Amino acid sequence: MTQAPEQEAPPVPEGHVRLTIDGTTVDAPKGEILIRTCERLGIVVPRFCDHPLLEPAGACRQCLVEVEMGGRPMPKPQASCTMTVADGMVVKTQVTSAVADKAQQGVMELLLINHPLDCPICDKGGECPLQNQAMSSGRAESRFHEHKRTFEKPLPISDEVLLDRERCVLCQRCTRFSDQIAGDPFIELLERGAHQQIGTEETAWGEGEEFQSYFSGNTIQICPVGALTSASYRFRSRPFDLVSTPGQCEHCASGCSTRRDWRRGGVTRVLAGEDRAVNEEWLCDKGRFAFRYPTSPQRVLQPMVREDGVLTPVSWVDALERAAALLTAARDGGGAARTGADGEELAPKRGVGVLPGGRLTVEDAYAYAKFARLALRTNDVDQRARAHSDEELAFLAGHVAGVAPSHVSYAHLEAARTVLCVAFDPEEESPIVFLRLRKASRHGTRVVHVGSWTTPAVAKTGGHLLGAVPGAEAAALADLPDDLAAALAEPGAVVLVGERAAEVPGLLTAVSELGARSGARIAWVPRRAGERGGVDAGALPTLLPGARRVDDADAREAVAEVWGVPSLPAEPGRDLTAILTAARDGALAGLVVGGVDPADLPDPELARAALAEADVVISLEQVLSEVTEHADVVLPVAPAVNRSGTYRNWEGRDRPFATTIDPGQGGSGRVGGTAAVTLPDCRVLDSLAVEMDVDLFTQTPQAAAAELAELGTAAVTPSTPATRPSAPADAPGDVSGGAPLTSDVSSGAPLTDGPRVRLATWRQLIDGGSLLAEENDLPGTARPARLRVAADTAERLGLVPGGSARLGDAFDLVVELADLPTDTVWAPSHVPVAGGVVTLAGLGLRHGDLVEVTPSVVGNGDPR
Amino acid sequence: MGMFDGIAGFGVTFSTMFKKVVTEEYPLVKKVTAPRYHGRHQLNRHPDGLEKCVGCELCAWACPADAIYVEGGDNTPEARFSPGERYGAIYQINYLRCIGCGLCIEACPTRSLTMTNEYELADDDRQDLIYTKDMLLAPLLPGMEQPPHPMRLGDDEQDYYVQGPEMARRGRDQAGADDLDTDNRAGANALPGAALVGKAPEEKR
Repeated sequence: MTQAPEQEAPPVPEGHVRLTIDGTTVDAPKGEILIRTCERLGIVVPRFCDHPLLEPAGACRQCLVEVEMGGRPMPKPQASCTMTVADGMVVKTQVTSAVADKAQQGVMELLLINHPLDCPICDKGGECPLQNQAMSSGRAESRFHEHKRTFEKPLPISDEVLLDRERCVLCQRCTRFSDQIAGDPFIELLERGAHQQIGTEETAWGEGEEFQSYFSGNTIQICPVGALTSASYRFRSRPFDLVSTPGQCEHCASGCSTRRDWRRGGVTRVLAGEDRAVNEEWLCDKGRFAFRYPTSPQRVLQPMVREDGVLTPVSWVDALERAAALLTAARDGGGAARTGADGEELAPKRGVGVLPGGRLTVEDAYAYAKFARLALRTNDVDQRARAHSDEELAFLAGHVAGVAPSHVSYAHLEAARTVLCVAFDPEEESPIVFLRLRKASRHGTRVVHVGSWTTPAVAKTGGHLLGAVPGAEAAALADLPDDLAAALAEPGAVVLVGERAAEVPGLLTAVSELGARSGARIAWVPRRAGERGGVDAGALPTLLPGARRVDDADAREAVAEVWGVPSLPAEPGRDLTAILTAARDGALAGLVVGGVDPADLPDPELARAALAEADVVISLEQVLSEVTEHADVVLPVAPAVNRSGTYRNWEGRDRPFATTIDPGQGGSGRVGGTAAVTLPDCRVLDSLAVEMDVDLFTQTPQAAAAELAELGTAAVTPSTPATRPSAPADAPGDVSGGAPLTSDVSSGAPLTDGPRVRLATWRQLIDGGSLLAEENDLPGTARPARLRVAADTAERLGLVPGGSARLGDAFDLVVELADLPTDTVWAPSHVPVAGGVVTLAGLGLRHGDLVEVTPSVVGNGDPR
Repeated sequence: MGMFDGIAGFGVTFSTMFKKVVTEEYPLVKKVTAPRYHGRHQLNRHPDGLEKCVGCELCAWACPADAIYVEGGDNTPEARFSPGERYGAIYQINYLRCIGCGLCIEACPTRSLTMTNEYELADDDRQDLIYTKDMLLAPLLPGMEQPPHPMRLGDDEQDYYVQGPEMARRGRDQAGADDLDTDNRAGANALPGAALVGKAPEEKR
């Protein structure tokens, strides 16, 4: 602040410089950009190209200020967004300098020369920096009477993003984003001089590389004019129509803050929220554009009970009574006596398994965990609707449950010198983790991926691939190159493990051993938003809430005391595959199923058989699904926009969110729809338990969260597993639902006989998941499903790049070459096709399996 | 106390008997409003019948009574309702809320929204007083074509704004009548707004 002349000015702090802005003396850290120092003083300098997360460009020239250095004024006004502060600098902004003000007015007039006067039909109108700054530092009347430059518009640069070149002020925020942040070269500055424009290869020459980015939506949000607009939001509403509510993304475990803009009971768009610790200001396209599922015509808005084979809407009271009666009977084995096919008496089925699914808030997962233990008196609860193993349970107990973000967080990734990704393709499985890894790799972090080929994520994070044959990743970890082993031993090194590590026997054990050997910190990054919270809340067969083990009597006693019950079931429960097998074979009478899609499971046929065979199926669902087809009672639950709760992201960071659209305020599932009110899972389970004479005390997410906090977390030492996971030698049998792996997989020896090759597979980000069902534009930006194969293997198998290959018996994919090991192919595990999704698991194929690949008959169906 | 005290109170009554009656004989005789009376709104058309409304929502923004609801829509080559990219897909005015202030008219950038002289805005049902786009759109005059249809007056929307008034004049000259003025200022002209005055309620639905 201004110093009185007679006072001695305090010394300049270390690493700072002292300058004067508009007569105010200010200390700024060395290297700070002038426009930020002005911001800190509350002086708003108009700007378009400047963005705090992008490198300075000085492209728009709107932020001109007068600068004096060492008593000598610079001859012309300077761009304050590219100039760093210096000692003794005297800066005059438009507030005090007529020269700076005139310069800004001039730039604004120049920018507006070719800008169309179409604010009334522009989606940015009402929230447009150009509009606002034209009002603050532009002239009311244009002096330009000639014809404005025109372009064809709008130009779709992808299914999601539309480009209007007439409105562009060439600030290059979008091109800098694509280059510096996303790393996808999808949008570029073309031509020169007056013809300079933004475009893609396709817009420039009518053909070119296919536009592909999972982050394209961010360019819409950072565009300071209406040049880039969203196809799904196009002409939908005006900013003043919308209510903006902070939210949390429900799509993956990255834990991004969002801003949901809604109108008349429905969300019209989702924007990235600002959270420097997590997503900075970015959001992936899935989080941004997949928000229509709550308004699906398939939504369940009323409880339903099966009467004569048909689901019939009933009241909550009737549905809960019916469900409670069925569950009580199934639990106690008091259901109808069974007669076999030959008429002989069979032992009655007994017990109920709980499959909550991985999309729950922490509170809901806790309610499921408590419901299973108290109301159903069992530990048969498993949230993992994906490949899983007993080895994984041990890993989760030892390395994941109860671990706080202080162990590994986004900040740790950025600060680490080495990050090793195991069974984890960050861009496909946790896009914001990918952005942070890319940021880190641009600043010198070495990001090494253990995988089978150089995926886009590998290429964009430095291209360090530690090649491993699918199924033999554990061996690769045990025998790391010396330099990598040494780098992992340095402080700050991080190992990121994906959820699909459970598919490879021994891999999680190898990761634990690597962590113990090197001292690198281990973090587990699941795909779904609820998985991490579910681990902490006890929605697993061997874990109780708060990282307590079921087989630990003291832990059981501690939980039982808080829950006010004499004891808890002591026997560790069945995992998902065991629950489904037991239900199919008649050992379990009932199933309580949350948001589980049989197609996602390791053995979809087993799941379908189990749902068909179980006497009682209670489904808590948002939409009609394959599970509700078999359900005796369907209890509707609220989607994330209609409720409050907390997601816990992969770091272990709580991501609380409030209700966006209150269902009681006319915000039903449908826009302008019925007044039906859906409730959070924890409330539904609480009411259901009351009907079964059990109190869960989870009436509201707040109550559930308070009790979970009261339970606390058992002492955890994440880097040293509490118990040693099962030895790799026993592991193959532990892969649930999977056939034993072919014996020679782990040896890595190539198989050169016949068309059988080894399969690597994982899911892509946008692949027809159930929350994307209502989206029309989003699938257009998905990565095309391709069968990837090395050139020599392609030649041996007779595959042609761009041609079609048949995987297994009857599944065709287009072939693309990649740097896979010999005799290995990669294919996405979920492929959206017309009318549904084909999963490799559904074809009986798993990561590491041997699969027959043959050239398919020409013209015989390309699924994508 | 005088002798006229008993009838003094009738002074007003008697004097009124000899003055001109102010009673309106409505509805037998409909009052003609001032030319710029703020009556029911109208969504105007270009001379070829395309809608002038671009769905910009500025009227809704300007409305102090929150009486207007608009949702924009995307013109496609197959279904074009207005020149340019955007048209008003949903347009509703709630006459229970409307205070007739005319701020919406001032806000309209395409002079699509104007006010007619129709003042018979009473009904016995809330729903009937929420006027939808089909009730607000100006009637098709000779030479106009019911949208959706392609742009007839030029290749892009600029032609409509630059040549539109001229086209309208030409069309009027050809028709030999002065009833083709599509550029309705608020009640300044007699047609077509005035033609709607006194329209039976059944017709407007």
